[in-house]
Amino acid sequence: MAETTLAPPEVQAETLLDSNELVLNMGPQHPSTHGVLRVILKLDGETVLGTDCVIGYLHRGVEKIAENRTFQQFAPYVDRMDYVAAVSNGLGYCMAVERLLDVEVPPRAQAVRVILTEINRIASHLLWLGTHALDIGAITPVFLCFREREEALKIFENYCGARLTTHAFRIGGLQYETYDTFEKECLDFCDLMGQKLKEYHDLLTGNRIWVRRTKGVGILNAADCKDYGVTGPLIRAAGVEWDLRKAQPYCGYENYDFDIPTAETGDTFDRYMVRMEEMVQSCRIIRQAVDALPEGPIKGKVGKVIKPPPGEAYVSIEAPKGELGYYIVSDGSLNPYRVRVRPPSFVNLGALDKMCRGSLVADVVAIIGTIDIVLGEVDR
Amino acid sequence: MEQLLANPYVPPLILTAVIILVFPLIAGYIVLAERKVLADLQVRLGPMRVGPYGVLQPLADALKLMLKEDVIPSQSDKWIFWLAPVLSTFTALSAFAVLPLSDRFFVADVNIGILFILAMSSIGALGLILGGWSANSKYSLMGSLRAAAQMVSYEVPLGFATVTAIMCAGTLSMQGVIASQLERGVWGAFDNYGLMLIPTVLFIIAGTAETNRAPFDLPEAESELVAGFHTEYSGFRWALFFLAEYAAIVVISSLCVTLFFGGWLRPFPNVAALEMPLNTAFPAALFALIALGCSKGVFRQALAGFRLVMAALTGLFLLVAAAFALPAANELMIGLFWFGFKLAVMVYMFIWYRGTFPRFRYDQLMDVGWKWLIPISMFGLILNGVVQLFARG
Repeated sequence: MAETTLAPPEVQAETLLDSNELVLNMGPQHPSTHGVLRVILKLDGETVLGTDCVIGYLHRGVEKIAENRTFQQFAPYVDRMDYVAAVSNGLGYCMAVERLLDVEVPPRAQAVRVILTEINRIASHLLWLGTHALDIGAITPVFLCFREREEALKIFENYCGARLTTHAFRIGGLQYETYDTFEKECLDFCDLMGQKLKEYHDLLTGNRIWVRRTKGVGILNAADCKDYGVTGPLIRAAGVEWDLRKAQPYCGYENYDFDIPTAETGDTFDRYMVRMEEMVQSCRIIRQAVDALPEGPIKGKVGKVIKPPPGEAYVSIEAPKGELGYYIVSDGSLNPYRVRVRPPSFVNLGALDKMCRGSLVADVVAIIGTIDIVLGEVDR
Repeated sequence: MEQLLANPYVPPLILTAVIILVFPLIAGYIVLAERKVLADLQVRLGPMRVGPYGVLQPLADALKLMLKEDVIPSQSDKWIFWLAPVLSTFTALSAFAVLPLSDRFFVADVNIGILFILAMSSIGALGLILGGWSANSKYSLMGSLRAAAQMVSYEVPLGFATVTAIMCAGTLSMQGVIASQLERGVWGAFDNYGLMLIPTVLFIIAGTAETNRAPFDLPEAESELVAGFHTEYSGFRWALFFLAEYAAIVVISSLCVTLFFGGWLRPFPNVAALEMPLNTAFPAALFALIALGCSKGVFRQALAGFRLVMAALTGLFLLVAAAFALPAANELMIGLFWFGFKLAVMVYMFIWYRGTFPRFRYDQLMDVGWKWLIPISMFGLILNGVVQLFARG
């Protein structure tokens, strides 16, 4: 049993009778904790007095495995962390090793990376939207979202043969050249998303029940976001224009014209709107990247054996869920000496207690959904 | 035989037996319809494996549930745990006794029929509460607490809407309500210059809440409470709760159809010119159309057995269509047809809600119930009363 230090002093003073409190164990087997998250809720009736997250049910020791694999061998493992955004994981890892090696990635590879990463961002947000709506009790959007996500996965499948854990990128660039209809399929996907996003807005945005369930729920303001180190759509919904694609551009993101959607209050509805708008912006980036796709080599000057000089590198990218950082230490051998991942899900989940206090049980599942966690990434 | 049927106790007893035997099957097919309609709303096919287009799925489900191990949690209050689903099913099925299925098919036409239905649905809530309480699980407990609060809150607007309808009809007997609509020549929903639409809408909303259907399905809110009050139930006991839920849907829909939409009367019952098109042509055409749809399946199915099932269904629906063309059979069935048709529209609406709306939160549910539905229903009652007193033709 995990130690529960739940109620803050003021709450304890209010509820002197201990018998009024109910400790409810939610998960790890629960339909809406998004995998194997376990949340111990301390309740007064239906009101949440405090939450305690128990994680680790999906711990596979990914960071330790890295120390026993060569740099190339470890690349597929990172896809298994945030498995709904595997491409972003791969990009972060490859960029970190590339920085250690100090190699230049050719422009064509950069552009293809951007296209695939943005498609993956849309796929990840679609999964979030579907499951989030399901948590709030709307059972239809999840099927619609999966229908569109399928189109994104088809592009991955056509490109690299895998749908989910793609291992799409290699250290130094790409393994495969794009296929014949790649550009057309990407543009078609953007057109499709343009239409379908309207459908989602029709289903949810104007729905009074949806608005009542999300407005004012799980508020996390800008100061709290910074305190907890929360990044991604959560901090943008709190009004902070913080997106690593703009703040410290990588992969040629500085060449594309796109906006950072932000909102003001930082409640669940704002996060919903921010993510919906991010999908539109991703489509914009994909269109620009496909239109200006340069010709040229797809892999930089990387040898068959990757043996970076001793040193360390930290690279962070804007994954769909927030700042995804890779810190790699090399001792000059074939294997990394240490790989440390800064997973956005894990850090964002830290704010769960702050967001849940004082809300109701039904809000807890809404808040877990709105944080958009993937337990593979939380536990690693 | 004649003598036996003339005995006043025999026909109701036969009908009771028929309802008890047939309703589980009907409930099974309502579930199939729900799955198919939801699938249609959600870009999928629904059950497709058991029988052609999944038409035998309910039978397979029922068989599976009956064969499952009978689990009673060791920490539970066993007798209450055993009693709860029985209580729910019993009360839900009892309410069928006063439903006017047609002008000749009803178990009893008692002079307090509507009161009896409301009483039975209130006691049915007790089954949910006891079931959740006795299981000794926190999820079940929260589900049953929600059920208790919800039922108490939503019974009030439901009651007010019903009272308005009773006031309009001037009787508490189910057949009497229909007779009064026939006499006034207008459905309950459009009476009093259309003002009765207020209680009609409220009745549908409160009825949805009363039957624990989405968006008011908080007692079994899947994403929060796993399965709410029936988390610990499995196998046949769970099937009983399921049966009770669908029986409650049918009862509430029937009550709505009877009070506000003319029960087994055809639309425009006083317009003689519509007798033939609505009472003969419409049902015959409807069933012929269904038969046509089934006949397509005969050619599309790959398995010989499945083709046979589709052929049998085609024949069955053609037979029904033909029966509506025969005056003697038509007279027997037409009331039942219109009642069933209106009921099907109501049930479709329940399923439609489920596919469309997110779930309310507990406090919002109470908010909607007490701050909106109850005042509006009281207002509707008073308004209709005043109109009826001073301005009724």
